[in-house]
Amino acid sequence: MGESKEELAFQEKIDNDIKIEPKDWMPDEYRQMLIRQVSQHAHSEIVGMLPEGNWITRAPSLRRKVGLLAKVQDEAGHGLYLYSATESLGIDRIKLIQQLHNGESKYSNIFNYPTLTWADIGAIGWLVDGAAIMNQVSLQRTSYGPYSRAMVRICKEESFHQRQGYEIMTALSNGTDKQKAMAQDATNRFWWPSLMMFGPSDKDSIHSSKSMIWKIKRESNDELRQQFVDRAIAQGELIGMTFPDPDLKWNEETGHYDFGEIDWAEFKNVINGNGPCNKERIRARVKADVDGKWVRDAALAYANNV
Amino acid sequence: MSQNDSLYSYCLRLGDNSLILGHRLSEWCGHGPFLEEDIALTNIALDLVGQSRMFLQYAAELKGGDSTEDSLAYLREEREYLNALLSEQPNGDFAVTNSKNYLFSVFNYHLYSELSNSKDEKIKAIAEKSIKEVAYHVRHCGKWMVRLGKGTEESHQRLQDAVNDIWMYTDDMFESDENTDLLVEQGMAANLNKVRSNWLKDVTEQLKEATIDIPTDTWMMKGSLQGKHSEHLGFLLAEMQTIPRTFPNSEW
Amino acid sequence: MSEKETEDSQLPLWEVFIQSKPGLAHKHAGNVHATDGEMALQNARDVYGRRNEGISMWVVPANAITASTPEDQGSFFDPANDKVYRHPTFYELKDGVKFM
Repeated sequence: MGESKEELAFQEKIDNDIKIEPKDWMPDEYRQMLIRQVSQHAHSEIVGMLPEGNWITRAPSLRRKVGLLAKVQDEAGHGLYLYSATESLGIDRIKLIQQLHNGESKYSNIFNYPTLTWADIGAIGWLVDGAAIMNQVSLQRTSYGPYSRAMVRICKEESFHQRQGYEIMTALSNGTDKQKAMAQDATNRFWWPSLMMFGPSDKDSIHSSKSMIWKIKRESNDELRQQFVDRAIAQGELIGMTFPDPDLKWNEETGHYDFGEIDWAEFKNVINGNGPCNKERIRARVKADVDGKWVRDAALAYANNV
Repeated sequence: MSQNDSLYSYCLRLGDNSLILGHRLSEWCGHGPFLEEDIALTNIALDLVGQSRMFLQYAAELKGGDSTEDSLAYLREEREYLNALLSEQPNGDFAVTNSKNYLFSVFNYHLYSELSNSKDEKIKAIAEKSIKEVAYHVRHCGKWMVRLGKGTEESHQRLQDAVNDIWMYTDDMFESDENTDLLVEQGMAANLNKVRSNWLKDVTEQLKEATIDIPTDTWMMKGSLQGKHSEHLGFLLAEMQTIPRTFPNSEW
Repeated sequence: MSEKETEDSQLPLWEVFIQSKPGLAHKHAGNVHATDGEMALQNARDVYGRRNEGISMWVVPANAITASTPEDQGSFFDPANDKVYRHPTFYELKDGVKFM
């Protein structure tokens, strides 16, 4: 590794699990890697509001309506905490939002899939939030202080999100044949994209190794994915859901479920802009930003005048 | 009409107001002018839907049978909805949304102040809980009236246009009928003349501070108390009620 | 719609401090963007107070805060390390003394 005094001191802190704080010296690559990861995470929260937001006005009961509304609102809050952590690395939120809008910065692929039925709201809460939480719990121990603190807060708040989704799935699976079919269809569509959420396999991930040495990430993509599969299968069985993977089976030797090969070609294709909803998502964000400009300008002008 | 039926209609009126206003506001979720305000708008929407649920639950109780908050929200038709016309108006730009919410919040504030003294214990309890939420809505939206009114030329113009456009629906909030009047006499419902004069006083003051003119000689549209709505409500309900109507007799 | 034309200026940053219970100190909770103090306070309430987090809030313009830097660490904080006489355990007490 680079041997300057600062670098050695930095790595020593990391090795001793001492958090890095905004004003501390850090390698430029560490800073850039964090900006990239934390802002992507923030963007995912904000873009993630859209597919679920679709169903706020169509939630089938008032109880479901307030639950979903509160959940989507939390995502705005989580995006805010994460932008705030990114800003502590010396980059403005406004710049980060521009990077999202012009495609320079990515967000989680899963949100490029459409929400077609009410059951999708259940499946997203159960599987997508389930996968996200797996990652976020692990990230509470990340080496960058502001990121870690944001994660602690987010994990505390997220705990109702997955339950909310699983409860929807449970209600559907106890319901009419049509409702059961709706739930199964949503599970089928969201299963593979949820597995993709953990990112490329460890052997193909270009960012993973450095990220582990610097403890930005604490567990590898494949480790987290496996944990997720093991838990989700058990939860699914409890509500009578099956999973669209013929290779899925319990492996007595490893103590884990084996599962089939992820379609990485689809993953790359969607990430590169060819998912069903990539354009709509960004268009919606850009529109909100453009439509909001006169409001922000007015508030700024007012503050400068008084 | 029996007192029970009058109370039922009265609770529907109050519950529908909050439900429809809250529903409109929930359309903003994910599309706000900036992140913090997005969260603020949703907070208000959540308060409103929460208030609505309390009134509709009470209404369901009064109606009896297998009536629930959801059967009332999801299975009544346009002509059976009793929300004031202002609540159902489309969101428009942020100036329209904020004006609508401001004018309605001030109304709700004075309404709930009166209802905090209601002889009906349930209504009194709902009003006492809701008034704290509504006081915040007034503060939040009221401050935005001033920011927009005194912000830029563009924001001032948009706000003035918004107020001009929706002013015609304001009278409808204060509509009453014989049954409601009877409830007022019995000390259960709010005296809307009193609510109206307090409302007008606050609104006049706030708009003056925001340098916005109150429209004069506006033709006032009314009719919501007889279930005569603007065309917008039908579309809103079609969207809101789609699942329970497509899949009848299902639990969600 | 051109995405390039967003020559937006950033809304200023405010740091948020929340008192969770009477008697406790206000503690840093995070930050919000806002144009004026009232907006910052309301945003703080809506963002950091959604789950009964507090009974009182402060908001402070982030640029009004002067912070020590890691370079200050030596001269600021190390000198306190060897002033053991500031701590009660430095002083010896006769056996059996109570309430001291």
